[in-house]
Amino acid sequence: MTTSIGKRALDDSGRALLKRATRGHQDFEDLVIVPVFAVIVALILGAVIMFATGVDLATIGKSFVALAKGSVGSVNALSETITAAIPLVLAGLGLGLGFRTGLFNIGAEGQLLLGGTAAVVFSFTFDGLPFLLLMPLSLLAGAVVGALYASIAGILKATTGAHEVISTIMLNLISFQLLNYLLRQPYIQKEGRSDPISKSVPDAGELPRLLDWLDPNLRVHAGVFLMLAAVALVWWILFRSKIGFAFRASGENPDAARYAGIKSGLVIVAAMGTAGALAGLAGAAQVLGVLDRASPGFSAGIGFDAIALALLGRSHPVGILFAGLLFGGLEAGGRQMQVDAGVSIDLIAIIQALIIVFIAAPLLVRAIFPWGFRKSDKAAGGSQ
Amino acid sequence: MTDVTETSIATQKIETSKQRQSRIIGVLLIVLALFVVFVFGLGLSGDATFRLSRPTDPFALPNLVVPAGPFTYVAAALLAFLGARELIRGGTRWTSLSLGFGLAILVFAFLVWATAGKSFSLTGMLQATVVRAMPIALGGLAGVLCERVAVVNIAIEGMLLAGAFTGALIGSLLGGWGGLVAAVLVGGAFGFILAALVVTYRMDQIVAGVVINLFVLGVTSYVSSQVFSELRQLNNAPVFRAVKIPLLGDLPVIGPMLFNQNIFVYGALILVTLATYYLFHTRSGLRARAVGEHPRAADTLGVNVYRTRYIHVTLGGMVAGFGGAWFTLGSVGRFDENMTGGRGFIGLAAMIFGRWHPVGALMAALVFGFADSLQQKLALLNTPIPSEFLSMAPYIATIIVVAGLIGRARPPAADGKPYVKE
Repeated sequence: MTTSIGKRALDDSGRALLKRATRGHQDFEDLVIVPVFAVIVALILGAVIMFATGVDLATIGKSFVALAKGSVGSVNALSETITAAIPLVLAGLGLGLGFRTGLFNIGAEGQLLLGGTAAVVFSFTFDGLPFLLLMPLSLLAGAVVGALYASIAGILKATTGAHEVISTIMLNLISFQLLNYLLRQPYIQKEGRSDPISKSVPDAGELPRLLDWLDPNLRVHAGVFLMLAAVALVWWILFRSKIGFAFRASGENPDAARYAGIKSGLVIVAAMGTAGALAGLAGAAQVLGVLDRASPGFSAGIGFDAIALALLGRSHPVGILFAGLLFGGLEAGGRQMQVDAGVSIDLIAIIQALIIVFIAAPLLVRAIFPWGFRKSDKAAGGSQ
Repeated sequence: MTDVTETSIATQKIETSKQRQSRIIGVLLIVLALFVVFVFGLGLSGDATFRLSRPTDPFALPNLVVPAGPFTYVAAALLAFLGARELIRGGTRWTSLSLGFGLAILVFAFLVWATAGKSFSLTGMLQATVVRAMPIALGGLAGVLCERVAVVNIAIEGMLLAGAFTGALIGSLLGGWGGLVAAVLVGGAFGFILAALVVTYRMDQIVAGVVINLFVLGVTSYVSSQVFSELRQLNNAPVFRAVKIPLLGDLPVIGPMLFNQNIFVYGALILVTLATYYLFHTRSGLRARAVGEHPRAADTLGVNVYRTRYIHVTLGGMVAGFGGAWFTLGSVGRFDENMTGGRGFIGLAAMIFGRWHPVGALMAALVFGFADSLQQKLALLNTPIPSEFLSMAPYIATIIVVAGLIGRARPPAADGKPYVKE
């Protein structure tokens, strides 16, 4: 059976990647030194880029101070870091689970958009329900819609072999248009507005802010518990449940998994569905906790950043949690940097991209920085 | 629809994939016929007027006037005939032709329906179609060059964006031609980086592509908000105007479409021709395809797999850089953040649609460009169909092709696999 990019074709490289992404606990260097190296080098290169675009040294110093201050320097900074991390971690967990199963899901962005929109629509449709019902059910609506949307790609892959990378890219592009369309529908559009923007989430649907008794500006919301619960749940699914074993087995060696009686089609659909549910949950948490309404592009690239996150966190739930906090910190710090030093927040995107280059190409890191790695590892890296 | 499927499965347990395909297409065409009758046909009156040329043109054609109501019924009848023919005697070699013809009828019926009682410049839309198709076609061609040597290039989007950015920056400093050359070189540089990451450092091809996209998006957005916002003269490049080819440019309809365009259109057409000749009619093209189909065999025969991949991915990057320059030097002269807006991914879709063939990618790009310019025109015609659904159509069509529901596209056998020399 031949497919677009070719199921067989990507299998080998995909497997190699997933093996690398999932090897995890075996190797301290791979787990700690490479990520730390990657982050430090990316920050240094960020400074080089600032210098190259005519930012003077004093401002560069100031922007790094702002980056630190804006991410961990105060209660407000910590609150912002965690707030930014919540959707990233949720979506990243889904992608990591996909990687473990051998699925490269680029579609988190679209799943997140539609999931978030579903949560908004659900919450104002059932306005009047008590908080204890409305908020959880709105989250659930987001998760269900995200899961259904992701399942399209899963079902297509399971039944026809359509490669998930292409189909999820297309589903992303479709979701952008679909969102634009939905947000103009009279039922969803905010009254009296001509631009595409949804009605607001009623108070009983919102994820409550946790620290507003301290300072009403602290945005950290109850989604943080959702995030921690999701980390625990995904860890349990992956490493303690039967379906998680099937996920990992299919990711490590699809042929062996099939011979062992694991239904590969079912595993693909289940894994895509779970990943989509988590991405939808990320979107729901973002609208119910922070944004209060849906607008075009409200995902702001979270779905793409989550890919980076899952790679950085080595597809391990705990790793993804830390990676998410790091990216959340960069996000929050980047905003502070923009205010304090006048350096554009887009620099953060460059730093994030550089981090993934170094994470995903350890051969490159070892070629640039030969010290810090044992000789034997170099050889092992070279044979990959 | 399900009835038909079930009975034919029951009566005919074993069927070839060709029969299955023509059955699906037959059902699809009949559904489309019903769609044309019930959605377009009912209650339609008036004439649809298509303007083919401007009064000032040297060889002006009269307007094409189509009675809307009768036309939709004729179109539906044709569709139903094609569909029934596929269902009854499917599996013949006319299947994909029927589908193409059916879709063309559908599009024209749609146009007639949308313009009923109004008039509409067909030539203008076709001209816009060609213009809008070019970055997609060049992106698709870049994809063909890379995937024919078995490197999956998700980074086309980033390369287009890099070309657009460089075109604006260098074009502002050195003029249009300088900007164009620089855009091509920068595109090539990203191609080379992709090749280095996936060939030498054996990074996963999709991760490498995603990274290049993120990186280019980050760098170009950063520079445009950090530098361009203050130094506006760095983001004000000259634009290549349309160059009319004498005589040919005066032909009605075809003239404005193909022979009165800027260098990007001519360049894309020439590049597609060259690439087709190179890949399928020269010795090194054959070697390149061998690297994509069976690298070990190619290696055994003395083809340098790594070098071939480096060269073609770099060339692909250069083509994408040229396509990217279209966004700035070929249209507005100014760079905006993320201005390629997913065109690179559509180029990837065009490549799949075009079955990894340069001409196929160009044709697919024209279809996508048509959908794009149609969407712009729809706003003028006040049709009840939301333009968003029209913009979705190419993506949905791509998913259908990828899923192999209608015909199956076959990628190069080694596509996406890293090659490790023994």
